[in-house]
Amino acid sequence: MIEGLIAGLFDGISIGAVLLIVALGLAIVFGLMGVINLAHGELMMLGAYTTYVVQNGAKGLGGWAVESYIFVALPLAFLVAALVGLLMERSVIRHLYGRPLETLLATWGVSLILRQFVRSVNSPMAIGLVIFAALFVVGLWVLRRYTDWERIRSWANPVFFLLSFAIAALAGFILQSSGSAQFTRAWFSARNVDVTPPSWLRGGLALGTVLQFPYARLFIIVLTVLCLVGIYWFLQKSVWGLRIRSVTQNRSMSACLGIPTERVDALTFALGSGLAGIAGCAVTLLGSVGPNLGGNYIVDAFMVVVVGGVGKLVGSIVAAMVIGIITYLVGSGTLALVLSPFAALQPVTDFFTFFATTSMAKVMVFALIIAFLQVRPAGMFPQKGRSVEV
Amino acid sequence: MAVDLPIQPRRTSKALRQKRLLIEAGIVVAIALVLILVMPLVLTGFRLGLLGRFLSLAIVALGIDLIWGFTGLLSLGHGIFFALGGYAFAMYLQLTELPAGQLPEFFSLYGVSSLPWFWQPFYSLPFTLLAMVAIPAIVAGLFGYLVFRNRIRGVYFSILTQAALVVFFNFFNGQQKLINGTNGLKTATSVFLGQQVGGPEMRYFFYVATVIALALMYALCRWLTSGRFGRMLVAIRDDENRVRFSGYNPASFKVLVFAVSGAIAGIAGALYTVQSGIISPQAMDIGFSIEMVIWVAVGGRATLIGAILGAVLVNIARTMLSERFPDVWLFFQGALFLLVVTALPDGIVGWVRSRFGDRLPALFGGPSAVPAYVAEMELEAESYREKELADQ
Repeated sequence: MIEGLIAGLFDGISIGAVLLIVALGLAIVFGLMGVINLAHGELMMLGAYTTYVVQNGAKGLGGWAVESYIFVALPLAFLVAALVGLLMERSVIRHLYGRPLETLLATWGVSLILRQFVRSVNSPMAIGLVIFAALFVVGLWVLRRYTDWERIRSWANPVFFLLSFAIAALAGFILQSSGSAQFTRAWFSARNVDVTPPSWLRGGLALGTVLQFPYARLFIIVLTVLCLVGIYWFLQKSVWGLRIRSVTQNRSMSACLGIPTERVDALTFALGSGLAGIAGCAVTLLGSVGPNLGGNYIVDAFMVVVVGGVGKLVGSIVAAMVIGIITYLVGSGTLALVLSPFAALQPVTDFFTFFATTSMAKVMVFALIIAFLQVRPAGMFPQKGRSVEV
Repeated sequence: MAVDLPIQPRRTSKALRQKRLLIEAGIVVAIALVLILVMPLVLTGFRLGLLGRFLSLAIVALGIDLIWGFTGLLSLGHGIFFALGGYAFAMYLQLTELPAGQLPEFFSLYGVSSLPWFWQPFYSLPFTLLAMVAIPAIVAGLFGYLVFRNRIRGVYFSILTQAALVVFFNFFNGQQKLINGTNGLKTATSVFLGQQVGGPEMRYFFYVATVIALALMYALCRWLTSGRFGRMLVAIRDDENRVRFSGYNPASFKVLVFAVSGAIAGIAGALYTVQSGIISPQAMDIGFSIEMVIWVAVGGRATLIGAILGAVLVNIARTMLSERFPDVWLFFQGALFLLVVTALPDGIVGWVRSRFGDRLPALFGGPSAVPAYVAEMELEAESYREKELADQ
């Protein structure tokens, strides 16, 4: 009985840890800019694919590389996702500040593009992209250098964009139709791919006869804790963390005091995206990797942000743990099992049995969240102060 | 900030307004007649079916425009109401013409021997027609009440609607014994009014019904957004706090308009279901619901005609692109999202309007849904909001 409960609690916490590591980046970005990034799940997916690529590279090397690829994959996943996030912020989101609903739609657009991108990316497409980026960046640089930029910027930007896009598309198309089958093969198949965890993450830590804690889950919990500590340290102790906190509290005052708010925004978005990459790397230990990987986690992560409130990190932590534990206890039927000996509680037991699947548990958790928001509409730890909107 | 807003005279003479209204009604009826009488001659049966489906999607777009374009509530969960309407009608079609005491076929697969209680009322057609509208409206109203009551709005509201969508999806997807789970309910072989639903006569019947429903819903939305109620919606969108300080309760207006929008989506769902032959939890896919929003954005927010136009055009583009290059569609759709929010925030109608400006209303014989002064005020409110955000 007790062992069952402990096992349930452990599983709940491990679900919560996954939720938390996914929600962490979302919460930081939302706190700073009031923007929910619907492409967060796709940034996770990029992190997961990065892990897959690194693992394949490690398989080529063999030996110790196979065992320790994850330590290379983690920072790389962070880097890839952060770069893509930075690109998103600089190219699109930057223009949409103050319009959170439009930002929501724009990030959804990015997520669609990323999803199709991993399905159909092949060498000609990648080369086309590089050509496009080079033409666009170099072209704008030349224009800025040698012409009266302010006068022509209104039409030069779209014209240049379209021109370089057309050239790049043409180049990609020519390569696509003339290249060999090997050359034009899609890099990742549309089907899901599997990442095999290193052997030391397989199996589990056995306590007694019943309890067993899978190493992969333990690893994710440890990783989440490390990320939390790192983020906490960064926000509280570093110069840029101080700046992020000050912009979160009062943007215009921070700008007056000389804090470069634009750079803070870009940095924060990149940081949040990078965390998504790490989360993506972590979830490869739990299941296969596919273009729709992000969708499984992302809505729950939104709920963590909504329940936790945007004021403090601790809100996200508590919310993630509570949601994780409730989801597990209800979804696995543990709660129904615990209640079953009591005959008087038969209707309650039936009620919980009805919800005892993973998907039905989500139904119940959502109802609880709506009920919770009746009491605390702004989440557990709301922002306080005069600047908060009534 | 602009000090002297060029406020145009808002109240035109009553006779003039009536004349314009008549002309607009005439145009709507003319378009409806063209759709009903001419289109079947021009298009093949398959294409006509597609057009009918797109028109029923345009009805949802009207509902979305009502809450997003006019009231500023971005719902990412309208698939719920769409699907509820569809399920209501499909349940009736499962039961009708069934010998007494027999159950729809799929129940036997899961060993269900008696009809679940909530299926019982769907034997009756009047109840079904009512439920098609009322159930989505009640669900939307209840959800709206619980959320708006607490002044939850903006991004929070959008995220909650999306979560609700996922929850409903999970519920319908998981309950095989109640509503056939993933497989959904098929309607093509059922019999309605003595004819097979999938047959050519019935198809044309539903096509005509869709056109008429679209015209009626257009009239409803036009009526809702033109009077005092419409001005209240716009006021809530532009500055909810000021509305509250003026002594109104925005929450009740929002609940009402959200319920109306849900009901409209329910009608659309029912019409779409009978024309496509199936309703399944896939109608509550996250992507589908966000796509509905982009139809409105492409056509032009806060312009009802834009919502219809956007829904039809995007879906035509989708069909053409995915017929020829299936891979490209998602890229195209993603680019559409980015383009619409960055370069074309007012959509096609807004673009046409800014290009051809004043000449257009005269052409259509009526004032535009968003008069120039509203657009002006919107701009001002935008700069104001930005400032407010910067103040935080």
